Amino acid sequence: MRRYTLSAAAIVVLTAVAAPYTHAQDTTHRGVHIGLQYRQGTRPGVVVLPMLGVGGDSAQAVIQRDLDYGDRLTIIANVGSIGTSTANVNYPIFAKLGAAAIVQGFLGPTTLHVLVHDVGGQKILATRDFAVPPQVNTPEWRFAIHAASDEIEKSITGTRGVSATRVLFVRDGQIFVCDADGYGAKALTPKEGALSPAWHPSGRYIAYSVFTKAGTEIVVQDLTNGGTRHLVATPGGLNSAPVFTPDGKWLVYAHGDEVGTDLFAANPFSNDPARRITVGHGTDNTQPTFSPDGQQIAFTSGRSGHPEIYITDFDGTNAELLTPFEFGGEFYREGPDWSPDGRSVAFGSWIGGIFQVETISLRDRSIKQLTSEGRNEDPSYAPDSRHVVFTSTRSGVHQLWVLDVESGRVRQLTFGSEARLAAWSRALVP
Amino acid sequence: MTRVSRVVPLSLILSAAAIAAAACGGSKPTPAPTPAAASNTPSGPNTDSLDQARRDSIARAQRIADSLRAEQDRLAAGVAAARNTITAMIYFDLDKSDLTDQDKASLDQKIPILNANAGLRIRVAGNCDERGSDEYNLALGQRRAEAVVKSLTLLGVKPTQLEATSFGKERPAVPGENEEAWAKNRRAELMAAQ
Repeated sequence: MRRYTLSAAAIVVLTAVAAPYTHAQDTTHRGVHIGLQYRQGTRPGVVVLPMLGVGGDSAQAVIQRDLDYGDRLTIIANVGSIGTSTANVNYPIFAKLGAAAIVQGFLGPTTLHVLVHDVGGQKILATRDFAVPPQVNTPEWRFAIHAASDEIEKSITGTRGVSATRVLFVRDGQIFVCDADGYGAKALTPKEGALSPAWHPSGRYIAYSVFTKAGTEIVVQDLTNGGTRHLVATPGGLNSAPVFTPDGKWLVYAHGDEVGTDLFAANPFSNDPARRITVGHGTDNTQPTFSPDGQQIAFTSGRSGHPEIYITDFDGTNAELLTPFEFGGEFYREGPDWSPDGRSVAFGSWIGGIFQVETISLRDRSIKQLTSEGRNEDPSYAPDSRHVVFTSTRSGVHQLWVLDVESGRVRQLTFGSEARLAAWSRALVP
Repeated sequence: MTRVSRVVPLSLILSAAAIAAAACGGSKPTPAPTPAAASNTPSGPNTDSLDQARRDSIARAQRIADSLRAEQDRLAAGVAAARNTITAMIYFDLDKSDLTDQDKASLDQKIPILNANAGLRIRVAGNCDERGSDEYNLALGQRRAEAVVKSLTLLGVKPTQLEATSFGKERPAVPGENEEAWAKNRRAELMAAQ
C-alpha cells in the first residue's frame, strides 16, 4: 500500500491564493514539499468529481482529460457522485478506490472554484479560484479551464501541467494552431506555402517562412491583430527555419545564397541588417534551436559531408559536433529541438533508412531512441521537457503525435488533412 | 514534363520561335496566291481546259498549303526543341549538389539560347526527394540551384538572367516512396521567371 503524506509547509503555500510559485518545479529540497509525496515512477490516482454549475460537466471532462494527458496521474473515472459537497468527504472510500487526491469544482458565471483534497492526509490540499469567461465551451473558456488544470496538476504533483499551451503546425501550406489537447485547430495564415512556424516566447508573435516570387521570406505575425511584416534583413535567396531567442529580442534563421546556407540573427521588429552566426563555407546550416539561457544554439549542418547536429555559441564561436560522427553507412541527423530544461536535444535520425526521433543527453551524450513505429521526425518539446510533439506516418499519413518521454505513452494530436512541422509553445498563462 | 511546360510563358516560346526561325536560314515562306483568282474565270467554250485550270489551281493551292504546314511544323519543332533544351532537368545524387558530366553537357546546350536571348530570365529551382526534413531540404535545394547558376555563369551567361530558388521537398515531380521516384525528384528545374 502506498503511503502519501503532506508537509505542513505545503498547505500554507498552496492555500495562499495568488501566491507566486517561487519553488518552481524542484521538489527535492528538504522541508519544502509541494503536493503529495509519492514514490517516483508511480502515478498517483486522482478522482475528478462531477462539477456543479452550468458547464460543470464540460469542465470536469476537460480537466480530467488534461490530467490524463499530463501523464503524472492515474485518472479514476466513473465513481459517480459520491461526496460532491465540500463537507464530510468520505476519504476512506476514495482511498479504497486507489485515489490519492480528489478534485472538486464549482463553476459560477465567471469563476471556477476548485478544491483539491489529499486523501491520505484527509484534508484539503489546495483551494483556488480561476476566472473563466461566461460563455461555456468557447475556445477562450476551454483555455481558462486548461489553465486551471495546470494549477491542479501542480497542487497534486508539484509540477505545473502543460494544458494551457498551444501547438503550431503546417497543414495545406498554411500555419495552423491547436490547443495542447488537439482542440480548436484553425488556420492563422492564407494558403501561400508557409513552413517552419515558431513561437515568440511571449506567445504573442509567430514567425514562419513563405515562398514568394522574390525567394523564400520570413514573416513575423502578431497573433493579437493578424498583422504581418516580412523580414528584409537578408533579401532574396532562401530565408527559412526561424526561431526567436528565449528573450524574444532576436530572430535566428537560415539564409541561403551562392555562398551556402548559414545561420543569421536579425531584429524581428526592425529593418536592421542581419548578423552572421555560422560560417559554413558553402555547406547547409539550418534548423537552429536555443539553449534555455539563450547562450547556445544547436543546429543541423552538412559541413562534414552529411547532416549532423552541432552546437555553437550565439556569437558563432565554439562550434562543435554534438551527435557522434560515424564514417561509412548512411547517417543523417537533423531537426534538433533543445529541451526547455536544457538537459537534452531531440532530433530526427535516419535509422535503417527510416527517420526516428532520438534524444541526446547534454550531460553524457548518451542517445535514446524514442520512436520506432512509422517514420517520425521534427520533434518539439513541451514546456515540461517531458512531452514531445513530432510528425509521424504511423497512422498512414503525416499527423502530429505527442509522446511522454518518461512513460512512452503516445497520443495522436491532429486528425484530418496531413500535419507536420510542429512547434510547441511555452506556457501561455503567466 | 507537362508541369514544366505549363509554367513556360509565351515570351519564352516566342523567343524560342525566333531562334528556330533564325536557324532555318531566314527564308520566310512566300504568301500563297489566292486560288480563287485562278478558278474565278468565267465559263468559256472549252470546258475541258477550264476544268484542267481548276484542277491545276487546286493542286497548286494544295502544294502551297502543304509547304506552309511543313514550315510551321519545322518552326514548332524548333520552339519545342529550344524549350526542351532550356527546361531539361538537372538531376542529383542523394544529399549532393555536384553536377555530373551529363548535367554539364545539358547545361552547355542551354548557353547559346540564353546568350541569344538577353532578355530571357530563368528561375532555377532546386528540389529534393521526400526524405529528410523540410528545412534541411530547403537548404539542399538552394545549394543545387546555386550549383546550376554558378555553372552557367562561369560559362558566360549573365548573372542577371538567372535566379536561384529552392522548393526543398515541397514540390515533387513524381509521387512515390521508392528510389525511382526519389531520383526523379532530386532535381533542378529551369523555367522562365515571371
